Amino acid sequence: MKVLVPVKRVVDYNVKIKVDSQSQDIDLTNIKMSMNPFDEIAVEEAIRLKESGQVEETIALSIGPSQCQETIRNALAMGMDRGIHIETEHSPEPLIVAKLINEIVKKEEADIIILGKQAIDDDCSQTGQMLSALMNCSLATFASKITFEDDQVIVTREIDGGLQTIKLQKPTVITTDLRLNEPRYASLPNIMRAKKKIIDKYLPDDLNIDMTPKLDVIKIEEPPKRQGGGKVETIKELVEKLKNEAGVI
Amino acid sequence: MATLILAEHDNIKLKESTNKAVTAANLIGDTIDILVVGNDCMSVATQASKVTHASKVIIVEESYYQNMLAEPVSDLIVSLMKDYKTLMSPATTNGKNILPRVAATLDVSQISEITAVIDKNTFERPIYAGNAIATIRTTTEKNVITVRTTAFDAATNENNTEIEILNATANPCLSEFIEEKISGSERPELTSAKIIISGGRGMQSGDNFSMLDKIADKLGAAVGASRAAVDAGFVPNEYQVGQTGKVVAPDLYIAVGISGAIQHLAGMKDSKVIVAINKDEEAPIFEVADYGLVADLFDAIPELEDGLNNIK
Ligand SMILES: Cc1cc2nc3c(=O)[nH]c(=O)nc-3n(C[C@H](O)[C@H](O)[C@H](O)COP(=O)(O)OP(=O)(O)OC[C@H]3O[C@@H](n4cnc5c(N)ncnc54)[C@H](O)[C@@H]3O)c2cc1C
Repeated sequence: MKVLVPVKRVVDYNVKIKVDSQSQDIDLTNIKMSMNPFDEIAVEEAIRLKESGQVEETIALSIGPSQCQETIRNALAMGMDRGIHIETEHSPEPLIVAKLINEIVKKEEADIIILGKQAIDDDCSQTGQMLSALMNCSLATFASKITFEDDQVIVTREIDGGLQTIKLQKPTVITTDLRLNEPRYASLPNIMRAKKKIIDKYLPDDLNIDMTPKLDVIKIEEPPKRQGGGKVETIKELVEKLKNEAGVI
Repeated sequence: MATLILAEHDNIKLKESTNKAVTAANLIGDTIDILVVGNDCMSVATQASKVTHASKVIIVEESYYQNMLAEPVSDLIVSLMKDYKTLMSPATTNGKNILPRVAATLDVSQISEITAVIDKNTFERPIYAGNAIATIRTTTEKNVITVRTTAFDAATNENNTEIEILNATANPCLSEFIEEKISGSERPELTSAKIIISGGRGMQSGDNFSMLDKIADKLGAAVGASRAAVDAGFVPNEYQVGQTGKVVAPDLYIAVGISGAIQHLAGMKDSKVIVAINKDEEAPIFEVADYGLVADLFDAIPELEDGLNNIK
């Protein structure tokens, strides 16, 4: 069995982004970029599946500009076997990403594709679901547990009311939630080893995918600011204000 | 052209999030049909037929729709979409699970979690944990959209439309339901509660959450949590409020022992009134709080419980 894990390079989760009002876009100058945290969880899960003997090979795939190679190297340093980079100028919208991944799935004949449940930059939460449609295969979003039973995959999902467990035919697409695992840090020897691992490169043209976006981003603005900072000294004052000033209790 | 709304329900009750999606759909202006997919769920269709602005309810019942598995439900919706320009659902875990699968089959891009409708093809949505708002225009004939329910009021229930029964599409048999663990608390649901009291890592244990339960019972509130409290196992996953949990906007949000990370703020900063109780006066949660109390929660929360006795 082969596992494919798409990994996205995003603004680090600790960075509070700023909107540049001139260009009406996010100001990305000198901003720390990292692997999308949900994708780290996906990478960790793939590595554990290999370590437990469930799968033979793990592949990390990233789509975007040349710097995405760093993101792939991170995945390789964590323990993925090899990498694939599809070089594009910008990070395309989820439908196009799903189409590109689908082409790699076909080439590699991957059985299990594990993705993050959402990217913390565009917050779309679409790519895995879309990929499952293109592959016409089973889908388990928001996974908090993955196990195997004979030839099927059992996934527990975090849903609005609690937890749901389903059984999936392979091939399958799984997206990770926060509780699936705690990703490891790459050790120094593994970082060194990762430098020698292979990263294959493709361009969208090699894969015959039309890159024309279907959505136009007209502008990006700052949200209205919330006026906070009010203080109370005692619980008595708090209760009094909630009742008489705010009128919410 | 028309808009189809995928109803959110549990086969017994229609969820209020559906009414909120209807309000968003009504801003687009096309006729609105509500689709109830499930098993043995005629009571849901009856409730949906009352929702203002709906012109028709479509019900499709089948055992394999009981748990809203993505593959059979999305196949069904795709088969209906020739009659609709727009597909919408509230951004619940069902909507998030099913709609992108429909969108890709129709070869359109989805717009996730809209917070405003500018025109038929133009919408606003938050990105970067709500730290920026993007205005997006679609260029395709059909639109697939999930709706952030905190941004729209619920449509009223002053209607009585026809209910049309349609046949199921085949079960693709790609996945199979095994079980569900639904906590089913007596309290209001997080996403529709008027008051929420949430605990964070500062609560120190699951047992200590009973202090918040007592206050929730007094106020008729829901109980929520930060990711840290869920990860630590104090409370189950469905309590998580934030960028990657539930987005809420109650009249009153009380954050107890929560620092106010970007990801938590993303899920609650549109609440009408925010109270923060934290012993660290530098905690970022105070920057969004209307009423901040710098105190040890183990003193403040029992005091608050007492204080609430005196107001009623
Ligand atoms: C990909 C990703 C997604 C995430 N999604 C979410 C999300 O959806 N929701 C979310 O909440 N977080 C999310 N997070 C986590 C987020 O970054 C923070 O780590 C988390 O919100 C912190 O939770 P906390 O405030 O409870 O804990 P901490 O940051 O540890 O804060 C605990 C607070 O309790 C206070 N405290 C301690 N003891 C007491 C006491 N006795 N009395 C009073 N105050 C006390 C402390 O002063 C401190 O401010 C996400 C992170 C990542 C990377």
